[in-house]
Amino acid sequence: MSVLIDNDTKVIVQGMGKTGRFHTDKAIAYGTRMVGAVHPSRAGETELFEGDTDHSGVPGRPDSYSVEIPIFRTVKEAIAATGATVSVIYVPPPFAADAIMEAADADLALVVCVTEGIPVADMVKAKSYLQSRSCRLVGPNCPGVITPRECKIGIMPGYIHEAGRIGVVSRSGTLTYEAVHQLTQVGLGQTTAIGIGGDPVNGTDFIDCLRMFNDDPATEGVIMIGEIGGTAEEEAAAWITANMTKPVAGFIAGTTAPPGKRMGHAGAIISGGKGTAADKIAAFQAAGVVVAPTPTDMGAAMLEAMGPPGN
Amino acid sequence: MKIHEFQAKELMRARGIPVPDGRAVTSVAEAIGAVAPLIESTGNPVVVVKAQIHAGGRGKGRYLEHPDLGGVNVVTAGTDGGVEAAEREVRKLADRMLGATLVTVQTGPEGKPVRRLYIEQGVDIAREIYVSVLLDRATSRNIVMASTEGGTEIEVVAAETPEKILKVEIDPGFGLLDFQARELAYGLGLEGEAFKNGIRFIKAIAKAADELDTDLIEINPLVVTGDSQVIALDGKMGFESNALYRHPEVQAMRDLSEEDAAEIEASGHDLSFIKLDGTIGCMVNGAGLAMATMDVIKYVGGEPANFLDVGGGAEKEQVAAAFKIITRDPNVKGIFVNIFGGIMKCDTIAQGVVDAVAEVGLDMPLVVRLEGTNVELGKRILDESELNIVSAADMKDGAQKILEATRS
Repeated sequence: MSVLIDNDTKVIVQGMGKTGRFHTDKAIAYGTRMVGAVHPSRAGETELFEGDTDHSGVPGRPDSYSVEIPIFRTVKEAIAATGATVSVIYVPPPFAADAIMEAADADLALVVCVTEGIPVADMVKAKSYLQSRSCRLVGPNCPGVITPRECKIGIMPGYIHEAGRIGVVSRSGTLTYEAVHQLTQVGLGQTTAIGIGGDPVNGTDFIDCLRMFNDDPATEGVIMIGEIGGTAEEEAAAWITANMTKPVAGFIAGTTAPPGKRMGHAGAIISGGKGTAADKIAAFQAAGVVVAPTPTDMGAAMLEAMGPPGN
Repeated sequence: MKIHEFQAKELMRARGIPVPDGRAVTSVAEAIGAVAPLIESTGNPVVVVKAQIHAGGRGKGRYLEHPDLGGVNVVTAGTDGGVEAAEREVRKLADRMLGATLVTVQTGPEGKPVRRLYIEQGVDIAREIYVSVLLDRATSRNIVMASTEGGTEIEVVAAETPEKILKVEIDPGFGLLDFQARELAYGLGLEGEAFKNGIRFIKAIAKAADELDTDLIEINPLVVTGDSQVIALDGKMGFESNALYRHPEVQAMRDLSEEDAAEIEASGHDLSFIKLDGTIGCMVNGAGLAMATMDVIKYVGGEPANFLDVGGGAEKEQVAAAFKIITRDPNVKGIFVNIFGGIMKCDTIAQGVVDAVAEVGLDMPLVVRLEGTNVELGKRILDESELNIVSAADMKDGAQKILEATRS
């Protein structure tokens, strides 16, 4: 079990440029069912992907792949021809919000937007557009979503993941990898890892992910990785107090960040005294979340939150 | 991106938003020259001399060189003494203000050098109020925020009298609606002509925020004059950097002399860099990991000298540029490189580090922590390089090692 995506998920890619092609290839090598692409100026063509799979040599799984992906003019045409329910977006920033809205209008269940640098005003519009539709957005400016051994959508390195018991949700890309790597090392593994992105306006938030993990029978605990800026972590902490039935560990980046400066991510900024790491850590602790004192301790914090074996 | 007050007022004036008349000047002669035309065109003998720096709190700020002098000075000499008396006073002020260093609550103790003044007409102030347009992250929408407590920092109002802050949410599909502007104007206690002018003002800045992709427009104070005009006495605008590509007129207003030279150089190499005050330089891939690296340095008892994210696809040239920028800071005593290789392979980054060190030369300790794709290959490259590079097992270990190395 997992959340959002699994073995059966069929995925199309919006934007088949250099980046889109590179990561589509990696996704296929991981085993993801990439079934189509949308690229208006290349509609009617196909794109060939060939190589060795990530699981070459594993019994019962293919050693190599050769997949020819058809390219369509619109998301609707791609869905009609392929039956895809999920899209991943690598479209450049000026056009990415439009791509999100096109995917939502076509009734896809899930759209994962990897693109970094989308104007905030465009995302405000796209988010408003999504409110009256059933499509779920993950991102933008995120590494994507992965269910280990089943389906990888996004730019994360597949091999650090291992199927297991923990749901992962994070605003940061490389810190997600750090957490995933440690969970694999301590033997807990992951059910699904979701990068919700580092922008101030995004789709799926911490609470959405906590709710999904809480409802997923396979997920036994959750690790959430937040950072300075906004109040999403505080709101998540309140939700945990009221609703969460599973153990939660956490980490907050940015204890040493100076106020008023954007720390790489557009959303990572302390403004007007709000959004500090200290506030977020206090909120986590008040909600019973085991907070890792350093990023090296995330795996250990999750083990501590899970309690002794057999519990 | 930040701009100066005089530039924000230019943008407002171009959109029909009422602002006082004024002239930006960079020399004492220009400052004196601005006085007579200003007094003539406005018919008002009072002028205001305002320091132009990218920081708030100028009125209450003080010059390092002149502890008695603030960043905003009202010249009333013209009322009795005429234009020449006003000019004499402006000469004295400009002479002291230009080239001196203004310290405000937002500049830090080192202050900012004042290179430009804004000579502005005096305004007959009946009331001071507050209006801003900014993103509300909780609702993912822009809001208009207003308060009767003009002239006070909004953070102070929010902390002490939150009931005095009014907010309306802008639907991106419709823009600010008329009734919302009316609600705010009623809430601000505006009446008669001032009510009408207030509504016009609020609608105009909401429209400007949309057209210009600002992340903040803050008018504090917004003043109601004796004859019921509603005028932006101060004006602050910040721009959302992702949207700057569609506003060349705003990009042209960027004042590089207000920004940190190393941060400008870094952005030219696609590096995200922020200078801090500590002694341990860091080079990291990914914004979250870069922040966390600073945190772990502090956790083990050190102080980070910078935030530096080399991004997901760093090339050798970027790594070399990053080393140059870090080592130029005289406070830096050692460097901690922390990489979690995903798409970027550890052997690529290791080779980049070795080549960059060979090219730049390095006379301080270097600790490298590598994890992720091709980590063994990467470590071997570092070991075989014959450079004095210390390997770390994980982030905390790396932070401890660089701290020890810089203390010995």
